Amino acid sequence: MNQIVELKDVTVSYRENVALKNISLNIEKGSFVAVIGPNGAGKTTLLTAINGIGNILSGSVKVFGLDINSRIRREIGYVPQSLSIDPRSPISVRDVVMIGRSSKIGLFRYPNRKDIRIIESAIELVGIKELSHRPVGHLSCGEQQKVALARALAQQPDIMLLDEPTSNLDLRSQKEIIDLIDKIYQEKELTIIFVTHILSHIPASCREVIFMKRGCIIWSGGVDKALNEKLLSDLYDCPIKEIKKEYV
Amino acid sequence: MFEILQYKFIQNAIIASFFGGAGCGIIGVWIIMTRIPFVGVAMSHAAFAGAIFGLLFQVNPLLMAIIFSLISAALIGPVAERTDLDPNVSLGIIFSVLLGIAFLGMGLLKGPKTEALNFIWGNILLLSRGDLKLLIIIVLSIFLFLILLFKEIQAILFNREIARAVGIPEKAIFYAMIFLSGMTVALSLNTIGGLLIFSLIINPPSAAYQLTYNLKTMFFLSAFFGVCSCMLGLLFSYIFNIPSGAVIIIVSSVIFGLSFIFSPKRRVKQYESS
Repeated sequence: MNQIVELKDVTVSYRENVALKNISLNIEKGSFVAVIGPNGAGKTTLLTAINGIGNILSGSVKVFGLDINSRIRREIGYVPQSLSIDPRSPISVRDVVMIGRSSKIGLFRYPNRKDIRIIESAIELVGIKELSHRPVGHLSCGEQQKVALARALAQQPDIMLLDEPTSNLDLRSQKEIIDLIDKIYQEKELTIIFVTHILSHIPASCREVIFMKRGCIIWSGGVDKALNEKLLSDLYDCPIKEIKKEYV
Repeated sequence: MFEILQYKFIQNAIIASFFGGAGCGIIGVWIIMTRIPFVGVAMSHAAFAGAIFGLLFQVNPLLMAIIFSLISAALIGPVAERTDLDPNVSLGIIFSVLLGIAFLGMGLLKGPKTEALNFIWGNILLLSRGDLKLLIIIVLSIFLFLILLFKEIQAILFNREIARAVGIPEKAIFYAMIFLSGMTVALSLNTIGGLLIFSLIINPPSAAYQLTYNLKTMFFLSAFFGVCSCMLGLLFSYIFNIPSGAVIIIVSSVIFGLSFIFSPKRRVKQYESS
C-alpha cells in the first residue's frame, strides 16, 4: 500500500469544542476521496489537520510519511470554502494564482520562465484566461472558486484538499466546478480529498466516501454503497426521503 | 525663501519628511491590507509612552521609544493571531493601557513638560542627525524587505491562512512586518508626534487604496502620498508658522478626501447602483 496521508488518533479542539475525536485515517496515493457530513461534523477541521494549519491536540499526522511542515505544505494544494474578498482589493487574478507558486519559487527569488508557464497553464486549465488581469474581488463566486483551483494547481501539488468548492454557487457554476475537478483529477493524477455536505456534488471520478458526524468517522466505503438509506438517515439525523429532496 | 534651505535643521527636516513619509506610507499598506489598523495606534502610543518614560528616568527617549515599540510589537503579533478575540478589540485594549501609562509618566514628570509635549505633537525641526540616520537605515531596510519578499508579502496581505497553507513562512514574515512597523513608528515620533502619527500611517494607504487595483502601485502611491503630506506639511508650517505635525496630518487627510471623491472605484459603485 502506498499511503500518502496517515492520521493516527488525531484530536483537534477549538476552545471547549472538540472538532475531531481520535480520528485515524489512511489515504492512498492517487485516490479521490469525498468526505461527507452535516455542518459541524469536522470535515473542514480534518482538512486543516492534514495540511497542518489546524491545532492538533493529540495524535499524529504524516504526509508522505513525514510530519507536516512548510516544505510539505508546498506539495498540498488547499482550496478553502469561498473567501470574502473586498471588490476594491488591489490584487488581480494572476496575482492570486502567483501566490500558489510563491513557495515553490522560494524566498528572495523572482518567477522565471518556467514558473510563468506553469501559472499560465493553470489559468488556462480552469478556463479563466480572459479574467486573468481583472481584480479578483470583481469576479463572481464561481469564478473566484476557479481562481482558487488555479492557485492550488500552480503549486503543482501531489495532494489537493478541496473544502466545499461548490458551496454558495448557482447550479451551472456547481456543475462547472465539479466537471473541472474531474478533469484536474484525470489530467494531473493527484490525490484529492473533497469535502461536501451534498452527495450529488461528488465528482464522477470519486470512488471512495467517508461519512463524518460530530468529529468522528462513522463510515467509509465505496460511492455505490454510500447511497444507502439507513446510512444517510443516520448521518443527517433525518429520514432519507427528506434528505433525498435536497442532498442526494 | 530658498535661503532657508541652507540651514542644517531644515535640511534634516526635509530628509526626515521624505524617509518618514515614505516609511509610514509603506507600513500603512501592510496595516490597512491586514485590516488591523489598531496596530498603528497601539504602536504609536507605545513609542510615545516609551519616550515619556525615557524623560522620566533620564534615559535616551528615542531608545526607550524603540524598546517600548518593540515590546508592543512582540505583544501585538500573538494578539493578532488569536481567534477567540477580535484583534481590533484586544489591540484597542493594549492601546488604552499604553495611553494610560504614557499619561501616568507625564503626570510623574517634574518641572516644565515642553519636551514631553513635543512627543505628542512632534517637532520636525528639532530632529538630531543621529535620529535621522537611524530613520534612514530603518526605512531603507523596509524598502529592501519589500523588494526581496514582495511575492510573500502580497500573499500575506491577500489572506494569511492561504499564505500559510501554500508553504510560505507567513508567521516569520508577518512578525518581521510588525517589527519594522514598530521601528518606523518609534523613529517618526519626533517628526509627527505620538498622537498624530497614526493618521500618517492610515491616511496615505487609504488614499492609495481608493485609486488602484494593483498592489505595487498602491505601495508606490502610499509612499508618495506620505512624502507629499510631510513635505507640504513642513512647507505650510514654515509659511504660516504653525505646528508641523498637525499640518502634516491635515494635508494627509485632504489627500485622502480628494482620493475618495475622485476614486474610480467609487464611480464604478455609483454606476452599478444607478
